[in-house]
Order: sequence, then structure tokens, then C-alpha cells
Amino acid sequence: MAIKKAFDTFAGPLAKSNPITTQVLGICSALAVTVKMDTALVMSAALIFVLVGSNTIVSALRNLIPSRVRIIVMLTIIATLVICIDQILKAFLFDISKQLSIFVGLIITNCIVLGRAEAFALKNTIGESALDGLGNGIGYGLILLLVAAARELLGSGTMLGIQIVPRFLYVDQGGWYVNNGFMLLAPGAFIILGLLVWVQRTITGYTEE
Amino acid sequence: MRRLRNILDRIEPGFQEGGRWNRFAPLYEMVDTLFYVPGTATSVAPHVRDAVDMKRSMITVIIALLPALFFGMYNTGYQASPEAGFLQNMQTGVLAVLPLILVSYIVGGLWEVLFAVVRRHDINEGFLVTGLLLPMTLPPGIPLWMVAMGISFGIVIGKEVTGGTGYNIFNPALVARAFIFFAYPGQMSGDPVWSLADELTAATPLAAASSVQGADAVGLVSGAGYSMSDMFLGLVPGSVGGTSTLAILAGAALLLVTRIANWRIMAGGVVGMVATALLANMIAPASQNSMLSLTPLYHLVMGGFAFGIVFMATDPVSASQTNAGRWIYGVLIGFFCVLIRVLNQAFVEGIMLSVLLGNAFAPMIDYFVLQQNIAKRKRAYAKQ
Repeated sequence: MAIKKAFDTFAGPLAKSNPITTQVLGICSALAVTVKMDTALVMSAALIFVLVGSNTIVSALRNLIPSRVRIIVMLTIIATLVICIDQILKAFLFDISKQLSIFVGLIITNCIVLGRAEAFALKNTIGESALDGLGNGIGYGLILLLVAAARELLGSGTMLGIQIVPRFLYVDQGGWYVNNGFMLLAPGAFIILGLLVWVQRTITGYTEE
Repeated sequence: MRRLRNILDRIEPGFQEGGRWNRFAPLYEMVDTLFYVPGTATSVAPHVRDAVDMKRSMITVIIALLPALFFGMYNTGYQASPEAGFLQNMQTGVLAVLPLILVSYIVGGLWEVLFAVVRRHDINEGFLVTGLLLPMTLPPGIPLWMVAMGISFGIVIGKEVTGGTGYNIFNPALVARAFIFFAYPGQMSGDPVWSLADELTAATPLAAASSVQGADAVGLVSGAGYSMSDMFLGLVPGSVGGTSTLAILAGAALLLVTRIANWRIMAGGVVGMVATALLANMIAPASQNSMLSLTPLYHLVMGGFAFGIVFMATDPVSASQTNAGRWIYGVLIGFFCVLIRVLNQAFVEGIMLSVLLGNAFAPMIDYFVLQQNIAKRKRAYAKQ
């Protein structure tokens, strides 16, 4: 029973209650960092780190945090973690860190992180909270990667920087193909995201009441 | 004709409930009602019997589009080889434009049938207009696969995601065009795309008018070799169906006489355009922006304004539904069109974005008109 509950905590956010496609949280960064796969990957990793960390720490401190000032305390914890990951990225992945610019810093205001801390970590044990953070982080990352894969393939013809659409197909090489510039713009991410939501809700039958 | 009726009657049982091809019933319905007035009576009020059903009204729109289309075909040939004769130019134009229309109809039709079969509803006639409108707003030499991408996007994202015909927020043909415009800007804008001949690159009148800072726009247009009569007739580079104001006016006349398009929208559009252009003319001397000095008459005959306000803005689904709302909606489109043309140098043509913007505002305009009416009647009632 305990294993099943733990599994549900982890697997629920992957699809059924996905933070992006079902709860429609964290849309801002999903639009901003999904032009290329590599930025989406790093962003997902950063968010998973922050989410697992904040959920674990908030859960560990949940009996010590006075409920009146809990938002401030949680934000302090989240901000600390975000600054850590931001410094790590600047030190080891400087190029991608530059491309991500403020969006790593903006993880502080990402609704998913505060939402999970408030809705889950404050009421559950450390292990469950860590698992919930991991599940939500991976659920977020999955959608980010799907959107980024579609956008990079259609918009730049590449995947993780590797040319997928053959060079000789392009107009400047005597072919006929042109990359879809729409996918490089933010509305392109909106459309892809919307299509993902459409597909998911058609399969699960989920509707907003 | 009798023969066709017999064939249709013979195969009909197969498409009905429990029949072998029941899944494809929309296809049968489409063919049947295309040739014959449906025999079904209305089952709920209001029991209005009118020979003009959706199919006939959509076909009237297509007839209204034909003058602009045929002129566009001729002009496509004319822009590629100005010295050639009429027949040769017509031939060049037909060979260039017909594939665009075919691709638009075939690819768009496939999506339409797919959604009709999966969602079990009838195939809607509105598509016949959408499929013709899109190619008429494109440059003649655009690659066919881009047309296919555009119409797919227009039908699926512009129409089907919100529930299909009658539920679309935006005009699907314009959504398709906007998609191609932003996805493949190299094939949709810039001087070389408007002529089939590679060595003939000419700026459209609108591009010419905005080409030199601080100059007089009217002078720039005539300096580029475009006379008022050329632009009115449509013998200038531009999208396939959008250059000839004369042919579009002929179509507009048919739409207005048959009352298929609403005159308030068109009139509002012209009023908004003229007012905004006059306003721009007034502040022109104080600015380096050449477009500010373009007079209303030029705005009317240049670019796609006439085509957009006559055929795009009047789409009955995405336009405002109240009479007062139609005026506001039209004025708003005319206003935005000139505003985008004059102030946003990145988009020399403003009508596409302004109609889409108008579509977005249409439900809100209707809401406020209705609220206003309710408030008025409340006051009248309270006085008694």
C-alpha cells in the first residue's frame, strides 16, 4: 500500500495531474526557454533540483514554520536554492546560463515550486515530499522537452544542435525546404503546448469544470 | 441530372444508421446537398423556409470572388512579362494560381473530412470560401507546400480546435495567412516575391510609399511608376486577388445586393480608414515618416485593404453580430489597418493583422452593445 501511494505521488504529476498541461502552471518559462533542446534540458534540471530541494527542506521544517510567515520562509528557502543553481550554471555551463538569462532566477516565482511547497510539503513527510517534487519536476521537464523538440526540429531543423533535416533540402543548397520561423516565436510554443493539452485531454477525458 | 439522383438514391442506405459506410455519412451528405436542395424539413422553430441555405450563400461569396480571382490571374502573368499579350499572360497566371487553389482545396478538404468523420458532423460549406480566400491573399510564386502548411494550420488551429465552423474566433483564411506570414517571411514579404519572373523585382505600392524617410508618400508611389488608375485597376505587384480595387468592388456589389455581407462592416471600415488617414495627414509635416502623408484615396486602392474589408472582415462568424457592433468593428479595423501601415515599418501591409485584431474584439464589442441596450430599456421601463 505504501509503495502504491509513493508511486502515485511520483507518477501522478507525470501525466494525469501534470503541472503544465493539467494545472497550467509554469507556462511563462515553458514559452521562453523551449526554442532549443539544450536550454530546455538545463532549465528542467534546474527546476527539478530546486523543486526536490525546496520540498524536502520545507517538509523537514514544516512543524517549525509559523503558519503566518510560512510564505516568506518558503520563498527564502526557494530563493537560496535558486541562487545556488544559478551560480553553478554560471560556473560550469556559462553559455547556456547566458541564454537562459533571467529565467533561472525566475524559478523563484515559478508557481509550481511555491505551489508544491504550500500544497504538499507542508503537510507530508520528507520522503513523500521529495518524491512529489521529483515527480512534478520531471512532469514539467517532460513537457518542456516535448515542446522544445518540436520547436527546435521545425524551427531550426536540428535536435540538440545536431542537424536532422538534411542540408541539401534547404533552399540555399538548391532544395525547397525552409525552416518554420513561427516556431522560433513565443506563439509557436503556445500552439505546441495547446496541441499537447488537446491530445492529453482527448485521451484522459479531463475537462475544467 | 436524373442519372445522378438515381445513383445517389441507390447508395444512400449504405450511409445511413447501421449501413456499411455510416462512418462516412458526412461525405454523402456533402455531395447530395451540393447538387440538390435537401428534402429535410426544419424540426424546431423558427420554421423559416428559404432557398438560400449555407451552400447557396457560400457559393454567392465564391461568385463574388471570381472577378478579383480572374483579374488576379491576368495580373500575375502581366507582372511576370508586361510585354506579352493578354492570352499569354492569362495562361501564365492560370498555371501559377490554379495549383495554389487546388492545394488549398485538397489539403484543407482532407482536414475538413477527417474532422467531420471523427466528430460525426456534416462537412461545412464555409470551407469552400476559406479554401479560395487563402490563395488569393498569397504571392503568386509561393511554394505549394507552404500553402498546404498554411491551410492545415488555418483549418485545424483557426477553426477545428474551437469546435469547427460557427465557433471559430478568427477568420480561418486569415489565420492560415498569418501563419505563413510569420513562419516563412522570406516567401511572403519583400520585393522579389510578388513577381514570378526572377529578374523582375518590384516593390509593391505600399512598400514604395514607405521606402524613403522624410519624403512625400504620394510622390514616392508615382515615382515608382504606379499611377492611380493602375492601382485602381490592379495592374501592380501584390497578392493574387488583392490588387484590383475595381474587381473587388464588383464582388462587393454582389455581396451587398444579395445581403450576404453586411454593409455596415464595409462602411465602418472605410470610415475608420479615411478618418485615421486624415488624422495622419495632419501630423505628417511634423514627422519624418513618409507613410503619414498618404491620403485616404491611396490607402483605399493600395495593398489589401479593399480585399480585406470586403471579403475578410465580413465573415459572418468572426465579425460582430449586432448592428451597432458592426459599425464599431468596421471602424476599428479601418483604424488599425492605417495605424499598422503607417506606424509599424516592419509590416507594410496592415489589413491582415487589423482584421484579426478586429475578430478578437468582436465578441467584446457585441457584449457592450447588448449591455448598453439592456441598460437603455431598463431606464425606459423605470420612467413609466
